[in-house]
Amino acid sequence: MMNKLIFGRYIPGDSLIHRLDPRVKLIASFYFIAIIFLANNWQSYLLAAVFTFCCILLSKIDFGFFARGVRPLLWLILFTVALQILFTTGGTVYWSWWIFNITEYGLQNGVFIFCRFVLIIFMSTLLTLTTQPLELSDAIEYILRPLKAVRFPVHEISLMLSIALRFVPTLMDETEKIMNAQRARGVDFGEGGLLQKMKAIVPLLIPLFVSSFNRAEDLATAMEARGYQGGEGRTKYRVLHWHQRDSLVVVVYACFTIALVFLRG
Amino acid sequence: MKPIIELQEITVRYNEEELAALNKVSFSINQGEWVALIGHNGSGKSTLAKTINGLILPQEGSVTVGDMPLDEANIWQIRKMVGMVFQNPDNQFVGSTVEDDVAFGLENQGIPREEMLIRVKDALEQVRMSEFSTREPARLSGGQKQRVAIAGVVALRPDIIILDEATSMLDPEGREEVISTIKKIKEQNNLTVLSITHDIDEAANANRVLVMREGELVREGTPAEIFSAGPELIGLGLDLPFPEKLKAALAQRGIDVPKEYLTEEGMVDWLWTSVLNK
Repeated sequence: MMNKLIFGRYIPGDSLIHRLDPRVKLIASFYFIAIIFLANNWQSYLLAAVFTFCCILLSKIDFGFFARGVRPLLWLILFTVALQILFTTGGTVYWSWWIFNITEYGLQNGVFIFCRFVLIIFMSTLLTLTTQPLELSDAIEYILRPLKAVRFPVHEISLMLSIALRFVPTLMDETEKIMNAQRARGVDFGEGGLLQKMKAIVPLLIPLFVSSFNRAEDLATAMEARGYQGGEGRTKYRVLHWHQRDSLVVVVYACFTIALVFLRG
Repeated sequence: MKPIIELQEITVRYNEEELAALNKVSFSINQGEWVALIGHNGSGKSTLAKTINGLILPQEGSVTVGDMPLDEANIWQIRKMVGMVFQNPDNQFVGSTVEDDVAFGLENQGIPREEMLIRVKDALEQVRMSEFSTREPARLSGGQKQRVAIAGVVALRPDIIILDEATSMLDPEGREEVISTIKKIKEQNNLTVLSITHDIDEAANANRVLVMREGELVREGTPAEIFSAGPELIGLGLDLPFPEKLKAALAQRGIDVPKEYLTEEGMVDWLWTSVLNK
């Protein structure tokens, strides 16, 4: 079950993309999602696609991983594309029945939406595949730092985030263990109707919840024993460094944006 | 010798109506000593450990650590002196990787980064976990995680290490590993160790053994003194060390065994000499 989930996985490597500063990667990914909406004709989409594939090539990660990233969202994409194709009017009408019709613009829009989806998923998969969760939480903390001015608890949020990330595999293991223990006692997971399936979740959820409380208590005690008094007066062990390659990303993105604006119709 | 930890008439009650978890417990530990605290489940051992660094504040009595009375004012100063390693290796791992976890305590103390890098490296070397420094906890064994927890404590350079059943969730191999690591670090840094344990062999290594029952300190002495009580220990809900078990089994078969406590080596010596003398 857990192995199919490609989203949020990290693939260790030593490519240029891997070594980029996580802040750059995080902001660049969001920026890409924003500017992909600038594209509105096939030239601009082609440019965006080429750009994305270059990034993927640079990461030296097997393309299969990206394809697998798209798979869970495939139905959502196809559904949206189908809606676009069937309900957009304008241009030459190829086929029409009741309120549905397939038109030139509809097909074009469908293809564009499909590209947009796939490119966005590729880019965000690229971010998570090449960045350790830890680096991501560091990056988020750094980016949120200005919010301290409005009394936003940046330290607390980032600590929570890093503890949450650290406990994900631990809790996954535990879930697996509880599931197997309950199976041994005759609980059928994923069998029967919806109601039965939901009922079967209870003997998994409650022990998991209770044990999380115990873990939280133990962890809090251990943290206090090690002198944790909150964010005040703490120093940081990990620091992010800005390299030349990170500046390069900014330049590349600027060129990409200009080209995109130039190409859009 | 000057006591580094002193407890006087400590009483802790979790719930007003309930039996006290600790009832007028007094003892002191000297600088450089290795003291083992044993007792059955619910005898108040863990509560006692937590009162020493103020994780639990006693209702009555006073705790003094290194000349400082434990109170609100110097609680953090005392926590700097006392390092604790807890039972569950997973639940005390704060950092996302080994080195982050070791650095956590240092970050809390506001130690500059250059100093941190040195201390983390040094601490990981002491517990022989250097090559794992960038690993995530999910990819470590229980014993390795406990060694990282010890490194986290060592990096803080405390005067006292409290092991709160630190080996109870480990297999014999991991247990051996952790105990030998602690032993080495204790010798190198002249630390005081208070180890709370169910493991009778671990207790046999200590300079002094304290036995608890129902929140009270019932016995105190060297391992030899405590373990020569033999079957009485079982009455306290404790196990016997292996040489004692062997002695009991021999006595049952009508063999005259020495009364006093013998370590495994002592037992071997006695066995071969007695066979030769026949």
